[in-house]
Amino acid sequence: MNEAASRTIREGWLRAVIVERPGAAVAAILFGLIAIAAMLAPLIAPTNPFDLAGLDVLDAELPPRWVQGSDPSFLLGTDAQGRDLLSAILYGTRISLLVGVLAVVIQATIGVPLGLLAGYVGGRLDNVVSRAADIQLSLSTLMMAIIALALFRAALGGESLSRYAVPLLVVVIGLAEWPYFARTARAATQVEAAKDYVRAARALGASDLGIVGRHILPNILSPLIVVATTQIAGAIMAEAALSFLGLGMPVTKPSLGTLIRSGYDLMFAGTWWITVIPGLVLIGLLVSVNVLGDALRDALDPRLSPR
Amino acid sequence: MTFIKEFAAGLAFLARRLAQALLVMLVVLIIAFAVRTNLGDPLREIVGEAVPEAQREQLRHELGLDAPWPVQLARYIGGALHGDLGTSTIYKKPTLEVVLAKFPASFELVLGASLIVLLLSLPAGVYCAVRPRALGARLILGLSVLGISIPVFLTGIFLITIFSVWLGWLPAFGRGETVHLGGWETGLLTLSGLRHLILPALTLSSIMLPLFIRLVRGAMLDELGHDYVRTARAKGAAPLRVWFGHALRNALLPLVAVGGLQVGTLIAYTLLTETVFQWPGMGFLFVEAVTRADIPLITTYLVFVGLLFVVTNTIVDILSLMLDPRISLEGAR
Repeated sequence: MNEAASRTIREGWLRAVIVERPGAAVAAILFGLIAIAAMLAPLIAPTNPFDLAGLDVLDAELPPRWVQGSDPSFLLGTDAQGRDLLSAILYGTRISLLVGVLAVVIQATIGVPLGLLAGYVGGRLDNVVSRAADIQLSLSTLMMAIIALALFRAALGGESLSRYAVPLLVVVIGLAEWPYFARTARAATQVEAAKDYVRAARALGASDLGIVGRHILPNILSPLIVVATTQIAGAIMAEAALSFLGLGMPVTKPSLGTLIRSGYDLMFAGTWWITVIPGLVLIGLLVSVNVLGDALRDALDPRLSPR
Repeated sequence: MTFIKEFAAGLAFLARRLAQALLVMLVVLIIAFAVRTNLGDPLREIVGEAVPEAQREQLRHELGLDAPWPVQLARYIGGALHGDLGTSTIYKKPTLEVVLAKFPASFELVLGASLIVLLLSLPAGVYCAVRPRALGARLILGLSVLGISIPVFLTGIFLITIFSVWLGWLPAFGRGETVHLGGWETGLLTLSGLRHLILPALTLSSIMLPLFIRLVRGAMLDELGHDYVRTARAKGAAPLRVWFGHALRNALLPLVAVGGLQVGTLIAYTLLTETVFQWPGMGFLFVEAVTRADIPLITTYLVFVGLLFVVTNTIVDILSLMLDPRISLEGAR
């Protein structure tokens, strides 16, 4: 294929996405913007929200610039500590994304090998893994996370919970939802393992490990990517819920959920922006990831969807 | 003869299911006991901080708190069987009493939300299944993605902002006036109580609704592909009758099974909703117990939620067995 032809195909593909799935295209752009802004937070944020020395209480609870009584140096206003809300949101989105992605990495690290193993070996091992996944899922992951963090807080106090909030959230959310990856990997592996190329590889003398790692895994990646997308949305939402309950990120290092919580206490005093603006950012993030996940699922094999 | 055989198999299934439920409860109690002995000091619950150390030692001995842990575990489980799960350090009352007093509030919130979900998800789900390409169906499914994406506490906050802060139509916090009926404190019999229920119930239903619309739609799509639907249509039955009278009836079976599995999720979302609306239910109580490190209250909540979970799952299992003659008792393990 020459270069011009491949370019038309690529452009055609892009056009097809935009025409047939305008929602997905908008979601991709929205997610891209939020993710880039969050990643570049230290470069583009007007102030450093973690720098407590730079805060001035006199600046507290200033409204956004388009509301009367605002200070032009704070585009989205300030929170109860006098922190620039735009900077806090940029850094908060960064934390939310970081926790979400790392938690999903843990889920995949546990779930994918177990699913591959269960699907490839089958038999008793498959039974054990599938049963464990069923039980884990029936327990409600959000409830397990709430209980785990509540016990941690009760045991070691709010102080140490704040200090280890990021690793704790990542581990708790990560451990809770591995079954989605395991189920998908298992189902896809069972389909792939029966195919001719696997038998051919075995006839050529490939080891089981080689077959699973080099042949099956690359072929089941697409359903796993779909799961990963929806799981990232789930993990971000779980982190926000836990932070909203006061079991997640502390006020000194706020995620979007913490910002919503800290603003919620003041909302009836009229300072709606501290809650509403981070809330809208969180919804934008979650909607775009979920719409992307749905579009990916429709585009790839729909039969391997996890739920 | 076959009837007796069936009956015996049914009893055996019931016995096995109950044994499983008891086993799960035992595990929950052991976890609660481990948390209590490692994180809390049972002595402090009883006498407070002011007692000198020497006297504490003696009390500890008299109360049997220095006994080996298997003995203490046996005592804890024995106490649990009599409804004694400790004393709350905040309320200075038996924890079970405190939790049970909050149960009606949570129950009525869940009841209100379930009614909304039931009344909306069945017609919406059926509609999306029978007219999958219609604009309305696409709109409902699109909105359901939006509904799934909005965290339940944000739905609550936005509803409060609109209907309480801006419009001033509905109250934002608490249960309003309640009436005592025997031991049950209900908010369903006063106008104020009902008005207070609207926003929290809407909030809680907003997160379950998209899920159930998708479940109903999926189950209906499965049923509509079956031959009996075509036969019914060929016999001249009206479409509405075929959808609701025939297909939905059969689609309800998987719905009961899958919906029943959502109890844990429902409890978590109820906890979040109660926190937003300061609804005086069990979830709000739990958050308060966590903030003030009331270990006996925390563990009692865990045991109670575990019990709710086990009871619901057992009932769902037995129900789906009774509803569906196709699930054979021999295979149901």
